[in-house]
Amino acid sequence: MKKTMVGEERIIVTALGQDRVGIVAGISAVLAEHNANIIELTSSEMGGSFVMVMLIDISKANLKMADLQNVLKQKGEELGVQVIAQHEDVFRYMHRI
Amino acid sequence: MFSKDEVVETFEMIHLNKLNIRTVTLGINLLDCVDRDYDAMKSRIYSKVTTVAEHLLDEAKDVEYRYGIPIVNKRLSVTPVALLLESAVAGLTAEEAVSRAIGIAETLNRAAEKVGVDYLGGYGAIVQKGWTGGDIALINSIPKALSSTERVCSCVNIAESRAGINVDAALKMGEVIHETAELTRSRSGVGCAKLGVYVNSPPDTPFMPGAYHGVGEAEATLNVGISGPGVIRVIVEKSDDLDFRALAEKIKRASFKITRVGELIGREVAKRLNVKFGIVDLSLAPTPAEGESIANIIEAMGIEYCGAPGSTAAIALLTDAVKKGGSMATSFVGGMSGAFIPVSEDSGMVEAAEKGALSIEKLEAMTSVCSVGLDMVTIPGDTSVETIAAIILDEMAIGMINNKPLGVRIIPVPGKKAGDHVDFGGLLGSSVVMPVSRFSSARFVRRGGQIPSPIRSLTG
Repeated sequence: MKKTMVGEERIIVTALGQDRVGIVAGISAVLAEHNANIIELTSSEMGGSFVMVMLIDISKANLKMADLQNVLKQKGEELGVQVIAQHEDVFRYMHRI
Repeated sequence: MFSKDEVVETFEMIHLNKLNIRTVTLGINLLDCVDRDYDAMKSRIYSKVTTVAEHLLDEAKDVEYRYGIPIVNKRLSVTPVALLLESAVAGLTAEEAVSRAIGIAETLNRAAEKVGVDYLGGYGAIVQKGWTGGDIALINSIPKALSSTERVCSCVNIAESRAGINVDAALKMGEVIHETAELTRSRSGVGCAKLGVYVNSPPDTPFMPGAYHGVGEAEATLNVGISGPGVIRVIVEKSDDLDFRALAEKIKRASFKITRVGELIGREVAKRLNVKFGIVDLSLAPTPAEGESIANIIEAMGIEYCGAPGSTAAIALLTDAVKKGGSMATSFVGGMSGAFIPVSEDSGMVEAAEKGALSIEKLEAMTSVCSVGLDMVTIPGDTSVETIAAIILDEMAIGMINNKPLGVRIIPVPGKKAGDHVDFGGLLGSSVVMPVSRFSSARFVRRGGQIPSPIRSLTG
């Protein structure tokens, strides 16, 4: 994983559900609209489901984490996927010693 | 970046298997509120609690959003109130002393309401070797205090591995439990759900009703209780082909991850409140909700209904694996730490009791290898005070001999008999009234005095 740069505030956005056209574009558009910068993005199929994982810098984002969660959730509902955003520390704590 | 498997695993743990932080509990020292002027003391208590905890809810909510992990309960614990009462009740009649104690309970209830927390613990006393004026006033006030307030929880520690068991206190608590049930008769004795009797009660437990901010703690401390029975159940269900060695390893790994989340959340909330981060209670705490049952984990291991032979071994393995994984994940372990088996709060336990697979005696055996003790057990309303005291004594003995914190939260449901159903609502759940032994222990309990500390207390 890329090292966190000074001033960065990084979150991981996960989307999980049935694959369809426009999921990556739709979620990326929401992030861009709120000035959240995509650092890395992977998407693939896993067990019949579409999985997208994004590493995002929100240090310059123009809305709070709570509001970002809500707009992503709404977009996810439109696209038929479950979307959540979590600070990267959750993954660091859970998966790294 | 983190691997896709890691990210999806986290997603599934939180969203499909309901991993959450069960509670962040802010412990607050109230010793500096002690005042010979009773009204001034009440005012200082209210002011201190509402000031220190003013931002608990806001900050906890913000942390939930930041990490995308639900914090189910935000709670408070305070210095054992009996300590605050000593000078306030000195020289008063018993009735006046009780009235003053209740005044403190009502003050704490108002403070909890103002802050917006559902429960505040610490309306308690520590009496394993005897009692003082403040202790007596507090214990006598418990039935009225718990029936006239909604949010205050009470804990009384009557035994310690190094002190033995205060049998007079066990008998007294039998009476207090009965009276509390009677005073909350219209709600099936629910007052008793806010009352626990303990051995080796830890001063940093985040869980109710055992939470209190003990002597030796810092000015204010944030303690965390984690949860995750859903995560463990899914692991066990997917591991039919594994032997116990491999199964324990899987549970251990999951427990590590669950506990790390608790550590992260606890540190962050403590930092934001500018208080000390205390401990993580390595707990698997069930709820009445589908999929959040400890009994179902035991059943997934291959036991038809929880309580059938093998259940004690199953919960021993489970508790040990949870502790091993969890202890690596946090620098400070505390509280009760283990798998909780509160009957009414665990739909699988209730079903097992209804089927006749789970008895109080089997629960008692299971508590010798897990944590919390006899918890949220409903018994017939006409169970004698002496029998309740004797049930308490058995549990205290297990804790005392095994150096374990354990408690008894038992509800003699007024007007109900074995097999009847009771519904407490919310997280407290519903249950079936469990039968108790029809044989008397009255002569035993009435001997009174102190069961001496065991030989192992002489070590060190």
